[in-house]
Amino acid sequence: MSISLDQELSLHGYALEVRTLRSQILAGNLANIETPGYQARDLDYQSIMSSVAQSLDAQQQAGNSTATAVPLPSSDDLLYRIPYQVSEDGNTAELGPEQTRFTQNAMDFQTSLTFLNMKISGLKEAITGE
Amino acid sequence: MSFSDIYGIAGSAMQAQTLRLDTVASNLANADSIASSEADAYHALHPVFSAVYQSTLGSGDDVGGAQVATDGVIADSSAVQRRYEPNNPLADSDGYIYASNVDTVQEMADMMSASRSYESSIEVLKRVNSMQDGLLSLGQTS
Repeated sequence: MSISLDQELSLHGYALEVRTLRSQILAGNLANIETPGYQARDLDYQSIMSSVAQSLDAQQQAGNSTATAVPLPSSDDLLYRIPYQVSEDGNTAELGPEQTRFTQNAMDFQTSLTFLNMKISGLKEAITGE
Repeated sequence: MSFSDIYGIAGSAMQAQTLRLDTVASNLANADSIASSEADAYHALHPVFSAVYQSTLGSGDDVGGAQVATDGVIADSSAVQRRYEPNNPLADSDGYIYASNVDTVQEMADMMSASRSYESSIEVLKRVNSMQDGLLSLGQTS
């Protein structure tokens, strides 16, 4: 049985990519916390990753050994936040929830990194036989 | 990778909040300034912020965060206080002086809000730093 590095690592790579994009959008929300009329945006991480996983599965079944052409989130995936309470100036970014999401997203990024590190050290062991 | 964009976004937020603190400092410092006409009286300053959307790849179809831009600083147009102080050297011919229209309590609240927002930008920078750190040391056995 052959091991394809792409297949082994690709899902986590995409997870990191999406996490980075999401942190960029959440940073934008935090930056515009005082901007009148600003509408907070976010990515639905779960739905994006499940579509990525589906297309990776489809590639695997088709026998493609290299994982390419999985589309990254586009502006269609960028959703609008429904605030807990509408503020008078029309801003839908709320400091507490946005900060929590940003922190959680950063922690999830670290989790993905840890998984990736574990995979890499597992592959290393398989290669060196130690 | 879009890490540099995040630094840019957090930087723009810090710049905006610094400007806000700047106006708060100016307003508080001039809360007791007086003048001899209504036009010369100190009017409280307030910054106007707007969001600038940016895309990660520049094609306009992909996702990106939003930086903060400062559209300008406006002077508060609410009425200034008019007091009768005929002995004041700055009093006009009718004996009135014109004080500022700074709302000290509102400025204090504004100051707290600005420094909170500034802190949250610093927190964003710290988090992104540790994300990038982790990515750089990927695959290195500890």
